[in-house]
Amino acid sequence: MIEFEHVSVTYADAAAPVLRDVDLHIEEGELALVVGRTGVGKSTLLAAINGLVPHFTGGTLSGRVAVDGRETRTHPPRQLADAVGVVGQDPLAGFVTDTVEEELAYAMEQLAIAPDVMRKRVEETLDLLGIADLRSRALHELSGGQQQRVAIGSALTAHPRILVLDEPTSALDPTAAEEVLAAVTRLVHDLGVTVVLAEHRLERVVQYADRIVEVRGDGSVRSGPPAEMLATTEVAPPVVELGRLAGWHPLPTSVRDARRRAGALRQSIGGKVVPAPPRSVDRRPTGTLLTARKVVVRYGAVVAVGGVDLELAGGQVTALMGRNGSGKSSLLWALQGSGDRQAGTVDVGGVDPGSVPSATARRLVGLVPQTPADLLYLDTVAQECAQADREAGGAVHETARSLLDRLAPGIPDGTHPRDLSEGQRLSLVLALQLAAAPRVVLLDEPTRGLDYRAKRTLIEIIDVLASEGRAVVVSTHDVEFAAAAADRVVVMAEGDIVADGPTADVVGASPAFAPQVAKIMAPLPYLTMDQVRCAVSEVSP
Amino acid sequence: MSAGPVRSRLEDGHRIPRPLHPVAWWIWALGLAVAVSHTTNPILLFLVLGVLALAVANRRSDAPWARAFKYYLVLALTVVAIRVVFRTVFGGDVDVPGATVLFRLPHVPLPSWAAGLQLGGPVTLGGTIGALDDGLRLGTLLCCLGAANTLANPKRALRVLPGALYELGVAVVVSLSVAPQLVESVQRVRRARKLRGGATGGFHALRSIAIPVLEDALERSLRLAAAMDSRGYGRTATASPRTRRTTGALMIAGMCGLCVGAYGLLAGSALGPGTIPGFVGGTVCCCLGLILGGRRVRRSRYRPDPWKAPEWVVAVSGLVPAAALMAGVGFSMVSLNPPTDPLAWPTFPLVPAIAILAAATAALAAPPPWRPAPTVTPSTPSTPSTPATAARRTRPAGRPPPWTAGVSS
Repeated sequence: MIEFEHVSVTYADAAAPVLRDVDLHIEEGELALVVGRTGVGKSTLLAAINGLVPHFTGGTLSGRVAVDGRETRTHPPRQLADAVGVVGQDPLAGFVTDTVEEELAYAMEQLAIAPDVMRKRVEETLDLLGIADLRSRALHELSGGQQQRVAIGSALTAHPRILVLDEPTSALDPTAAEEVLAAVTRLVHDLGVTVVLAEHRLERVVQYADRIVEVRGDGSVRSGPPAEMLATTEVAPPVVELGRLAGWHPLPTSVRDARRRAGALRQSIGGKVVPAPPRSVDRRPTGTLLTARKVVVRYGAVVAVGGVDLELAGGQVTALMGRNGSGKSSLLWALQGSGDRQAGTVDVGGVDPGSVPSATARRLVGLVPQTPADLLYLDTVAQECAQADREAGGAVHETARSLLDRLAPGIPDGTHPRDLSEGQRLSLVLALQLAAAPRVVLLDEPTRGLDYRAKRTLIEIIDVLASEGRAVVVSTHDVEFAAAAADRVVVMAEGDIVADGPTADVVGASPAFAPQVAKIMAPLPYLTMDQVRCAVSEVSP
Repeated sequence: MSAGPVRSRLEDGHRIPRPLHPVAWWIWALGLAVAVSHTTNPILLFLVLGVLALAVANRRSDAPWARAFKYYLVLALTVVAIRVVFRTVFGGDVDVPGATVLFRLPHVPLPSWAAGLQLGGPVTLGGTIGALDDGLRLGTLLCCLGAANTLANPKRALRVLPGALYELGVAVVVSLSVAPQLVESVQRVRRARKLRGGATGGFHALRSIAIPVLEDALERSLRLAAAMDSRGYGRTATASPRTRRTTGALMIAGMCGLCVGAYGLLAGSALGPGTIPGFVGGTVCCCLGLILGGRRVRRSRYRPDPWKAPEWVVAVSGLVPAAALMAGVGFSMVSLNPPTDPLAWPTFPLVPAIAILAAATAALAAPPPWRPAPTVTPSTPSTPSTPATAARRTRPAGRPPPWTAGVSS
């Protein structure tokens, strides 16, 4: 269905090709999962399928790409619209019209499909994706998962044989991601659509894949059946790592498979005390740094945060979890003092950050927002760092530049902030905020778009911050990340705190929220691979 | 387009709700606007306002744009007020013997280069009434446009653009949806700016807000362009240079003709010799250009609005007052513009009044607007009713404003 023959892609001004001599064949009806670290060229590979590379992006493509018998050399993306449907990471950015029904019809209008056929297909697609009750709603009113399903629907109405999805669930909470992935698997199984999917959070999708396509750092691509490929891929979900550790053959891809095999493993380490998650640096809990009482945040009639009490202690890492719209961000912004707060008090060392100028507030509480790039506006990393030192005022304990070198070593001074990877940009913004030496650090969804390695680096950074006696709060959807990084988990729903306690208690207790390792090792209270590794190495040195 | 006869009435005599063709509402409203531009008679103007209000109250939908009419009314009142204030301050009423002077403002002599302009001086009753009438006419014109916007979905109106202008329509629709996103982006970056504790005013702050916002907008538009390309936008074959040139020439000539014609028509009393030929010729040229340009376009429309009897009635009923007031048959032209110097009571011209009332038939002829089903619907078995979607469905109508999108998650 999709054929790549000796394909290399080099962007203009780039020294090395992004993709190098790629040979790839994806059969009809397969769900191919594209894996690889951030920035290795997964998106380039996906965009080459319908010819956006090089027709839209520029650059040079050598070799031959053919989909459904048509070569992208002679067919630009618009001529392939009836063969390939494309869904991006941010569905809202790709919407052309403003209501669900019109969006579903858009591609068909471009293809000059007869009105009666259009009407029929729209109705079918609404039912197929379970969005019939949304038909006349405005697109920007929908939740993230609904928007993503509409985006998939609008690609499907043109009846493409191939659907390309570039990180369709990276911005979604677990429930919404489930909805979208359920829709995608239904397409593969019921309609025989060929799906090519890129995703960082492998634990969500690897069990559905028929084929794994790995893009490596040097631009080469390998592909094969999941169990075979996962033995050696650079990135792997916890379930696969566990399988590798235990030497299972073939490797399990779902919790179910792994759980059936894990009996012996559970028995061998069953009698032992569960080791604490290993840390790169020691954390020493200190006293309470921030006390919030009865914090209320409202937007018009909608209550985002409804009277929340929260205490944050130094040296402690707290993960703030909950579905999209549960009030996590509103709470973080209210704690920092820059966001709205209609009632309640926040006390950081006797000062309320909401009542002092923003320059003072950021010395009490530092916040890295959801889109860190919003804070960056200068041309080079060095200029940003120098500006941050000026903004920090007189008492600079450590310059932003030296902070950055500790967090993410080796970023050249002259680099433009926009050219940094997601993880590097996050580190830069964190360094800018730390230059003001806040004792409380809040990170709003920092794991978006980070691969496993970048998340590991982020955990090390958070460990360092906590070991310096700071209180750290990380809001996240990523339960694997929370399990590995946090001492304490706070779960919010509808503006209230519904659970608050040590990570193992909160995360391990709920079947939906539990990380994969916990699901496999239950009833043993293991949460992360590191813990299992520790235990296994002690049993069999 | 339709398969078989489509009924417009249910068994029990109720009419099937459907949106009226947007163009019909626009013709109706523009017809009334043309009539309004020919008169300053307050009786007729209030009649027009009544007709507009009747139609809006009867036939508007529940959509967001359909709540806009009251803002147009407020705007009209503002226009009247401004007109009167300007007339009072810069009136330049001369002390005519016999004119009723309401009061006198201190007169400020202006230098000779400002001849014709007067600051202060006597304010006469006649002048003020004239200003009121004039302001009312402008305000009513605005309300005509407002009624069209309220009754017809502005974006749906764009969809009926001829194929040759399709790209223009897409550009307008995209920019309409981008504007709120830009506002949201500015709000988000401004809030983020506070996190860095930097200055929130001055050139530096402007730069620190403008650059992230522009980068954001640029990235978003690139993604939109990629998405549109992938979905087949612009698949149609490109026209040959010769066709393009012919189309361009026809359109320019047509526009010139239309300009001359429209000026002649709207200037009212003085119908110049070029008016009618200009109007007709311009229209023909434009139509030819659009047909020629539209020939290359191969595209279909989803659920096109039908044009049936109600559309005809609405459009014609709007054109009746325009024709009646322009023709000036059966009544004296003076009654359309009551004299203010000397002041006289406005008379009640019967024929124009009947013509304007005829436009009110639109409020009954148009089918009732389609109203969406209640928002809380039982979910179909295929929809997993997750807590997230359930919460969304039952969420009260007052959603958080768009700029909270970045915070509310």
